Amino acid sequence: MTRAGGWLLAVGALTVPLWLQSTYHLHVAIMAGIFGVLAMSLNLLLGYTGQLSLGHAAFFGIGAYTSALLTLKLDWSFWPALAVAVGLSGAAGLLIGRLALKLRGAYFVLVTISFAGVISLVSVNWIELTNGPLGLPGVPAPDLGPWSLRTKTAYYYLVLAAVALSFAVCRRLVRSRIGRALVALRENEALAESIGVDVTHYLVLAAVVSAAMAGLGGSLYAHYTRFVSPEVFLFTYTVTMVIMVVAGGKGTLAGPLVGAVLFTVLPEALRAAASWQWQMLAYGVLLVALVFFLPRGIVPRLGAAIAGRR
Amino acid sequence: MAELLQHLLNGLVLGGTYALLGIGLTLIFGLMNVVNFAHGEFYTLGAYVSFAALALAGVGFFGALVVAIVVGAALGWLCEVALLRPLRNESIDTTMLVMIGVWIAMQNAELLGWGGVAKSIPHPFPTAPLVLGPVAIAPLRLFVLVLAAGLIAASWLLIQKTKLGRAMRATFQDRDTAALMGVGIGRIHAATFAFGSGLAAAAGALLGPIFLVYPSMGDLASLKAFSVVILGGLGNVPGATLGGLLLGVAEELGAGYISSGYRDAVGFVIIILVLLFRPSGLFARQERIA
Amino acid sequence: MLAVNDLAVRFGGVTALERVTFQVRPGSITSVIGPNGAGKTTAFNAITGYLKPTSGRVTYDGAALTGLRPSAIARRGIVRTFQKTSVFPALSVEANVLTGLHLRGTAGFLAILAGRRRLAAEERSLAAEAAEIIEFVGLNPRRQEAASGLPYGEQRLVELAVALAARPRVLLLDEPGAGMTGAEKVVVSGLIRRVREQGVTVLLVEHDMRMVMGISDTVIVLNGGRVIAEGAPAAIQAHPDVIRAYLGAAAGSA
Repeated sequence: MTRAGGWLLAVGALTVPLWLQSTYHLHVAIMAGIFGVLAMSLNLLLGYTGQLSLGHAAFFGIGAYTSALLTLKLDWSFWPALAVAVGLSGAAGLLIGRLALKLRGAYFVLVTISFAGVISLVSVNWIELTNGPLGLPGVPAPDLGPWSLRTKTAYYYLVLAAVALSFAVCRRLVRSRIGRALVALRENEALAESIGVDVTHYLVLAAVVSAAMAGLGGSLYAHYTRFVSPEVFLFTYTVTMVIMVVAGGKGTLAGPLVGAVLFTVLPEALRAAASWQWQMLAYGVLLVALVFFLPRGIVPRLGAAIAGRR
Repeated sequence: MAELLQHLLNGLVLGGTYALLGIGLTLIFGLMNVVNFAHGEFYTLGAYVSFAALALAGVGFFGALVVAIVVGAALGWLCEVALLRPLRNESIDTTMLVMIGVWIAMQNAELLGWGGVAKSIPHPFPTAPLVLGPVAIAPLRLFVLVLAAGLIAASWLLIQKTKLGRAMRATFQDRDTAALMGVGIGRIHAATFAFGSGLAAAAGALLGPIFLVYPSMGDLASLKAFSVVILGGLGNVPGATLGGLLLGVAEELGAGYISSGYRDAVGFVIIILVLLFRPSGLFARQERIA
Repeated sequence: MLAVNDLAVRFGGVTALERVTFQVRPGSITSVIGPNGAGKTTAFNAITGYLKPTSGRVTYDGAALTGLRPSAIARRGIVRTFQKTSVFPALSVEANVLTGLHLRGTAGFLAILAGRRRLAAEERSLAAEAAEIIEFVGLNPRRQEAASGLPYGEQRLVELAVALAARPRVLLLDEPGAGMTGAEKVVVSGLIRRVREQGVTVLLVEHDMRMVMGISDTVIVLNGGRVIAEGAPAAIQAHPDVIRAYLGAAAGSA
């Protein structure tokens, strides 16, 4: 990404509310941003350490519920609630990270799914806390000092800030010694150990940051839709995140964002043409096709094409 | 005491079908090393095919079961040949992603084809339960238990006594030697996947009439199948049988004595606990060399 | 000094190592030889933490290594290479070596997030070190190429470079000459000597006798999991037990 391209993108992103026509489009942009944060979080684990977590919806859900409950039931202000939500999701990530120490590959995937499954069942059954399947309506909108961030435009900027922050964190991590250690674990774990990479430390680190970021996405989601129910644990959310990362390009910085925009905009654009089930069916076929024809995702392929052209 | 026995009996009925799911997956995951997240979808397919055969074509109950198995096995064969064979040398993550794609596609195809409303499969059995001493069992459930036991026995026989079974065991113990001995590796892989999928379809056709049939019923079935496989040890067919029965009984006891809302959590908890403390499964005789 | 004391490794009824005791003199090049299955790689695995010994101790400068994880042992300056070519396949040669410099970096999580100026300076100095190491092994023309795409001999040089990047005090090389042409072995032998000149102790497992006798100060012979001889190359070549071990092995496989 060239300097000029980066600035153009930044200006474009900052002025979105000016050139998007309707509040509906702004809604799509907000959802794309929230999923961007989620996709980036999954990418940290899947793309950089090579471990697939299919339970990421659990961290998303923990963040959403924590934030919602603190503001609804304890009258907390948004910002401390957000901080605790991120912290709690990160703690859940610590748990998963420690589990990962013993397990790899398919077993890790199964444990993450199981973890999400248990959390989901708790959210349905622990009615005193979560109100069960009825969910928690009326989650308050955040405010920044005297201003309420209730409007879509204001919320868009909140989400944009979160996307920028998440991207910056990912970028700094990935391009550092930590990023190299994570990739080393993905590429050849035995070799990584022989040169002093502490597997425990780095897998846990990746899991905690990844989970905390997903928790951020969850909190943003809760205060935007103003409603949280066990549906946040639906497997479709996890699947969507996986497609975004795999299609966009796992192990790249831009990939998850490209995937998030693509797979938020596409379903909305196609909504008139095809029902949700058709789209999910297409997702399934697409995933298979991606594995066969575009295994590294869109961003690397585009990058190669551009590099080839020069 | 009678209550305990009743729960145990119910657990065995459920467990018998879980064993079928588990045997199929332990062959696919344990021997072929394919993380088959679509396993539950073959289960769902079996249920829907059985529904179609019974409600629409008027085929008898037993016939519907046979049709379900055949369709499940055929689709499994197709899957293996078209999708898994070209990827055989890829990493396990790649095949995992492909099977996730198949999972999503199959489930939503079913959703589109049959609608989201749950269907009830008609069956020819009287509803009045048979009383056997302290326990009672609905004739349908007894039939399911007997059939499941029969299918399990048939599977064991196939694997231990037939030429196909020997070829399968040889292939997965030492592929190169098996190939040198003239075993068609490609066909064994396809046959194994078909066999496993057929068993899953059988489980769906058997459980379908007991519960309702709806498109997402396969999700939990998949996970429970994995739970059984992990409990029994990868590639361990007797282990999967025992594991399936254990899971069924554990679920019934948990639902009866603790809470029915969390009954599905039993499978999840098993996965987590076993993988943390005894990753090679409860019945494995030796530790896997990682 | 690396010292191995009464090391034993037994699993499932097989005794891979038994009563293995030796010391590696600092600054020397010591080779471990023996017929196939003598337990050489097992010894390496036990010393570097990839295998837990059944009994015995491994110490370095008096501090115990047994029971530590491989990464902790590497932090103490003991680094190994692997019998099977082991690189970071998708990464370039440069990236491979940069990754190898992991222990040389000091950047921690918070510092990286804050993006201090000090970090940029550290990255630059690491890049310079990587360049030096790549130059040392002679892979300069291949710097940007993916490791997986390189011919076998050069991949083993990448392996060596990565191990050197970890700044070992003791370098354990597992069959550095395996699969190499005669010319490549000469290059590797030269590199090993130059590494020793920089003060690194080298312990290597090797099958190529000419290579072993050419560069070693001390030779240790393993057979059937036990040390059967130890000494200077010339003495070992004439040692009756050693000759018998190799001839016996040859006769057994004839």
